[in-house]
Amino acid sequence: MTKPIALAIKWVLIVATLAGILWIATRLAQAGNTTAVVIAGLVGMGILVVYATRRSVPLKYLVPGLIFMTLFQLWPVIYTASLSTTNYGDGHLYSKQESVTDIIAQSVREVPDTPRYKMSVATAEGGDPTTADLVLLLTKPDGSTYVGDKTGLKPLPATGVEKTPIGKITKAPGYTVLTAKQANARSKDLSAIAVPTSDGGGIKPVGLSEAFEGKATVTYDPAADKLTDTSTTPATVYEPKDARWVNVADSSQSFPQGWKEGVGLANYSRIFTDSTIRSGFLGIFIWNIAFAVLSVLTTFLLGMLIALLFNDPRLRGKSIYRSLLILPYALPFFVTALVWKGMFNQDYGIINQTLGLDVDWLGTTGGARAAILITNLWLGFPYMFIVCTGALQSIPQDVREAAIIDGANAFRTLRSIIMPLLLVAVGPLLLASFAFNFNNFGLIYLLTKGGPFNGADTSIGSSDLLITYAYRLAFSGSAPNYGFAAAVSVIIFLLVALMSIPGFRRTKALEEVN
Amino acid sequence: MATVNAPVPADPRMDTRIAEETGASTPASPKRGGLGGSVWWRHALGILALMWALFPILFIYSAATNPSGTLNTASLWPSGFSTKNFTDLFTDSSRPFWTWYKNSMIISLSGALGAVFIGACAAFAFSRLRFKGRRGGMMFLLLTTFFPALLAIVALYIIFAGIGDVLPALGLNTVTGLILAYLGGALGANVWLLKGYFDTVPRELDEAAIVDGASHVRIFFTMTLRLVMPILVTVFMLVFVGLYGEFMLASVFLTDVDNQTLGVGLYGMTLGNDANTLFGRFTAGALLGSIPVMLLYLAFQRQLVGGLTTGSVK
Repeated sequence: MTKPIALAIKWVLIVATLAGILWIATRLAQAGNTTAVVIAGLVGMGILVVYATRRSVPLKYLVPGLIFMTLFQLWPVIYTASLSTTNYGDGHLYSKQESVTDIIAQSVREVPDTPRYKMSVATAEGGDPTTADLVLLLTKPDGSTYVGDKTGLKPLPATGVEKTPIGKITKAPGYTVLTAKQANARSKDLSAIAVPTSDGGGIKPVGLSEAFEGKATVTYDPAADKLTDTSTTPATVYEPKDARWVNVADSSQSFPQGWKEGVGLANYSRIFTDSTIRSGFLGIFIWNIAFAVLSVLTTFLLGMLIALLFNDPRLRGKSIYRSLLILPYALPFFVTALVWKGMFNQDYGIINQTLGLDVDWLGTTGGARAAILITNLWLGFPYMFIVCTGALQSIPQDVREAAIIDGANAFRTLRSIIMPLLLVAVGPLLLASFAFNFNNFGLIYLLTKGGPFNGADTSIGSSDLLITYAYRLAFSGSAPNYGFAAAVSVIIFLLVALMSIPGFRRTKALEEVN
Repeated sequence: MATVNAPVPADPRMDTRIAEETGASTPASPKRGGLGGSVWWRHALGILALMWALFPILFIYSAATNPSGTLNTASLWPSGFSTKNFTDLFTDSSRPFWTWYKNSMIISLSGALGAVFIGACAAFAFSRLRFKGRRGGMMFLLLTTFFPALLAIVALYIIFAGIGDVLPALGLNTVTGLILAYLGGALGANVWLLKGYFDTVPRELDEAAIVDGASHVRIFFTMTLRLVMPILVTVFMLVFVGLYGEFMLASVFLTDVDNQTLGVGLYGMTLGNDANTLFGRFTAGALLGSIPVMLLYLAFQRQLVGGLTTGSVK
């Protein structure tokens, strides 16, 4: 009865998915990305094979997750790992060819004594004003009209062309002139346009209605692999060195535009050989482990004690207690972290005020670390409380009764019966909690940003975790170095994996005993 | 070895037990005695725990209703009631609170529903079907969760910039693009939790259904999914809460103020000088923003407790 309907739904979904992939593939083909088209085709064929045939039942259930995981989790991770062997970062973002193009484009100067053009921005007739390739409609001071795009400058026949009194073209057959608003919206594309001229220079827009003819002062000699800047006398020659163009005569001078290149394992060896980084890394690592272990221990102990407290069948109002106790877990994480930051304020934070203290919580090493642990205890205990409550309920009553009959007192029952059973149940969650806290970026970032920075090396904060340290390397500071940060994140990954896998093995073993 | 004539251990608890078993009442026993007293100290400690759990929330409430609305005038106890922070929040056109709210709900709801569906499918395969690489696959999923996802943000940014060139609707600065990026992490730890619970559903049920001629699709959609509802609810809530509070990836992705989420928007209120002056509005927004999650918790806490524990045990 339901079979034909189910079959119909299945085929509609398959066809819809394939149509979607086909559409994406055509868009990719338009963009000229052959590799991506091939991958899209393979994915489409794979989906057809998996879902249209009766084979490979497990894959039918795994494919949706696998596609998303591969695209948006594995690929970024592999990409990051591959960046760790490069110098990718500030000043090294593009390829060598792009750095040459950029340096030459930046060096374009207006050629003296050349006329300025009146300019209108247009697209080929019928083109979408927001995306189509732009062309420039140009009028020389003598009234002759031209059309320029990235291939070059061509004369525009005067028939059918309408101009304003100052010479700006408002209408031309075969082209759609953009309004000022539309042109302004494309200003990014406009600034990238340079109409090449026959003598090696280019026509570039100035604002929205004028263009000048300019010439690059820097030239590139591909045979010698050198850049020559003719704007200085004598001309300056630059040669490639350490992924930058460096002045041959004075090696302290270089262009800011470098390029990305492979550096092998240099980023990794820097972590272990650079003495400041190495000692800082070790200090961070020790605090990182202490933080993760203490966080798990304190939250688990508090959560378990409260769970035990309410694990009494005679206690009334348990559900009210429980609803209220998990509220800290229900508030968005960043809200509570930021509110705690306010509460730890030395001068007007309510913790110092209420308890009559004058502790500089966020300004000293000990204070910052204590503040982090206290906040994490508050954030984490409801989770442990929920988990322990559930686990305690799942411990059969007869086991406890047997313990009592055997003469065990309450403490002994707890230590020898309840705790082992509880640990078997929550063991994997404790490990997951450890792995989570080891990389608990959000807490540190919102509370202390890794600070205070009063050690010998000011790039290393006293409450930094490895992850916040790597983040600062990657995204902030005077020279973000993403390649190095990627190397640090690969190391973090290996450390967490190495520490967690034996733990998981152990809990598996425990379970089998159970 | 104990003999039949072994002396009865001189343990006072033995008397209690005998008394209990024979129905006689005795005053003091470590487990049963002092009925009222025992509950009394539990209540006392429970209230202490509540104070610890709730005082920051009281502080948020006080700050949100504090008429002057700055951090340095905020106190633990409410100092008068004022809705000024709320009206300020709603009327600030440069910070469209309700648009953020809507975006957050769309992203968290669709992200969580997608993650639950994808995760449930994968967990069904890992729990019910036998195939090569099953154990390896589970371990691999675990490994992927160890990579500090935060540092893959640059890679994700580059990837989505590329996607946006081809498919603008899924690129950077779009809500759909962000949902896709979140779905990348839909497997991973969730599958472990889900599979643990799926394993507790007796296989005999599947076998009976197969004998009755049901296909695997039918078993999955009409039987298994219903039986594992508590864990589906649990995972839905965990993902929902996670996405609702996420702001690092969201702040990198969503640059237009109209596309931003509650997390990104509220976080923006705590930067620089705004931290002190906008504190009242920030807490007012935080209080309103907490409502969906709190309602979810209160409605589903029974399933949550059941799902989290059973899923982890096996």
